[in-house]
Amino acid sequence: MNTATHTLDGPGGHTHQPGGLLRWLTTTNHKDIGTMYLSFSLLMFFVGGAMILAVRAELFQPGLQLMRPEFFNQLIGVHALVMIFAALMPAATGFANWMIPLMIGAPDMALPRLNNWGFWLLPPAAILLTLPFVLALFGIGDGAVATGWTLYAPLSVQGGIGVDFAIFAIHILGISSIMGSINIIATLLNMRAPGMTLMRMPLFCWGWLVTAVLLIITLPVLAGGVTMLLTDRHFGTHFFDAAGGGDPILFQHLFWFFGHPEVYILLLPVWGLMPHVLSTFSRKPIYGHTGQVWSFVAIGVLGLVVWGHHFMTAGLPVPALLYFMYSTMSISLPLAVLFFCWIATMWRGAMSFETPMLFAVGFIVLFGIAGLTGLVLADVAADAQYHHSYFVVAHFHYALFAGGIMGVMTGVYYWLPKWTGHMYSEKLGKLHFWLTVISFNLTFMPQFFLGLAGMPRRIPDYALQFAEFNAISTVGSFVLGLSQLLFAYNIWRCIKGGEKASNGVWEGTRGLEWELSSPPPHHSWETQPVIKD
Amino acid sequence: MPGTSLPPPRRHGRLVARLIVLAGFFFAFGFALVPLYDSFCEAVGFNGKTLKDALAANNAPPSAINYSRKLSVQFTATLMPGLPWEIRPLEPAIELHPGELRTTRFLVRNLSDQTIVGQAVPSVSPTVAARHFRKLDCFCFTQQTLAPGESREMALTFIVDGDIGEEISELTLAYAFFLAPKDPA
Repeated sequence: MNTATHTLDGPGGHTHQPGGLLRWLTTTNHKDIGTMYLSFSLLMFFVGGAMILAVRAELFQPGLQLMRPEFFNQLIGVHALVMIFAALMPAATGFANWMIPLMIGAPDMALPRLNNWGFWLLPPAAILLTLPFVLALFGIGDGAVATGWTLYAPLSVQGGIGVDFAIFAIHILGISSIMGSINIIATLLNMRAPGMTLMRMPLFCWGWLVTAVLLIITLPVLAGGVTMLLTDRHFGTHFFDAAGGGDPILFQHLFWFFGHPEVYILLLPVWGLMPHVLSTFSRKPIYGHTGQVWSFVAIGVLGLVVWGHHFMTAGLPVPALLYFMYSTMSISLPLAVLFFCWIATMWRGAMSFETPMLFAVGFIVLFGIAGLTGLVLADVAADAQYHHSYFVVAHFHYALFAGGIMGVMTGVYYWLPKWTGHMYSEKLGKLHFWLTVISFNLTFMPQFFLGLAGMPRRIPDYALQFAEFNAISTVGSFVLGLSQLLFAYNIWRCIKGGEKASNGVWEGTRGLEWELSSPPPHHSWETQPVIKD
Repeated sequence: MPGTSLPPPRRHGRLVARLIVLAGFFFAFGFALVPLYDSFCEAVGFNGKTLKDALAANNAPPSAINYSRKLSVQFTATLMPGLPWEIRPLEPAIELHPGELRTTRFLVRNLSDQTIVGQAVPSVSPTVAARHFRKLDCFCFTQQTLAPGESREMALTFIVDGDIGEEISELTLAYAFFLAPKDPA
């Protein structure tokens, strides 16, 4: 938390702020709030990671060694909820808070108090999610939500108090995200520097604009769905109870109407930051700015109408299956535009491979695997076999770990010198990259083969023929988990001190954010810059 | 310093109000999906839900029977957890001509020593056949109350439309029997 002093010491900094903990509770400064979002995200990344390492330890061998199946079910569901809502989403919001005002030439976010509130809703929600684990130790309730993160009815209607805790946690997280989105949209639309037209807005901002709109459209539907779940559980309604005239499949529609755009909500900020990194370390301007903007928009729109591919085996009629298959596959077109733009940005550039660039290139390769295996799953005939298998688990971890989390790491290494004013250790960063990328593939590549061989997901025990791949995957996951300690240590070291970073930090940087000092002054842009052609 | 003027404060109220309304709209949209989903399924016959279109079937002329085709209709019934009953179709399958009026029966027995209310929920597969399956009378239209140990034959009267697609030669009507919710919906 020593960054505090650095940001405060900047030129023109206020000094009438409270110190210590009260400062963090009451701050309305976009950089402080961004720091809190990112710190919270890192903490929850380790919490969610510890949960899944326990799961992988259980799966190291066939048979039940470490835990009861009920506890196993709780771990996988809460792992997903924590990683998505408490690690990946807050990390992206932290980026937005830190970088958007710097990039568009604004002194702060549009609605600073709302910003503070949005952050401080997160810790109570995270406590609600994980509290049932603790309560169960004291004999209260039967543990956390055990339905998997999808909360499918009727299982979730019958579940224990963990489901109620998860429902309220989702309500709070949803409100927090919607407030954050409103703030970001207001900032982007109202506070850009003169001369910065919407089409000239940096791609990171564009990625976030589409994400924020998607959040405002889809999160309320999820909130409505889990509210129905709550009234089904306690107030005698039958939204999802077939005996009372309801329909459990309806829950799947409501959930995935949110759940699929959620994938793009997690990934669009990363797609937005990638071109900045690639352009910097290729020492070339971003290729296809306009094309990428329209691809973001196209993916956002298409992402809203393809949700059915998540439950193609639930008994959808053939015309609906065909529609969801073709519409899902069509998303690969704008996504391919993004891939080609990334590659074209690097093409014949004077490339150098500092840690952020390593992560960016690793991202492109591994996220490409996620996209191609996604096309396989979108195929109705293939999906009938792969649905609910480890193939799906491997696919979405290539999307969300290699695409999401490695994308976030790209951003952290890229912007950390800007935030702290110090360079991180390049040696440790590169070590972290290679350990991460090798152990990630060691963990998840075998899961593709397990899925192809027919191993279902969400089971604590499995048939003997799956033993070898599971053992490899578990070893990989522990290396992957432990090497993240390097990441945390490197960040800590960089906050504490190190070689001074210049304003531009890297050789090839372009954009307003690199004109300010590192770290930037308390009110980021006291004089609004003017964008000239 | 000449350059320290902050940019003039912008008013965000209108934009924020619009975005909140948008979020509120989609919260309501989630709930609106409940009836929309039902009417959509009914309109296109997705989801295996059958029609309760007795009037249309009554008005159909007898000549609508298509004697040139034969269909096999199978019946199954399953009990959902929590319902201590026994149920089976008295005829596992029947052959009929499209357009023909038929009645079949299911046997149900309460195995417990309590009076229990049950509710049958039908489903037709293939799902595209559902909207050609017209039930004139069905025990699934109401809840069934069985005294301890009571058994009962329950009737289903139905017509499969004469215009059902040529590609369908076999269809299945499946009943899931639930313990009726405590407070009737």
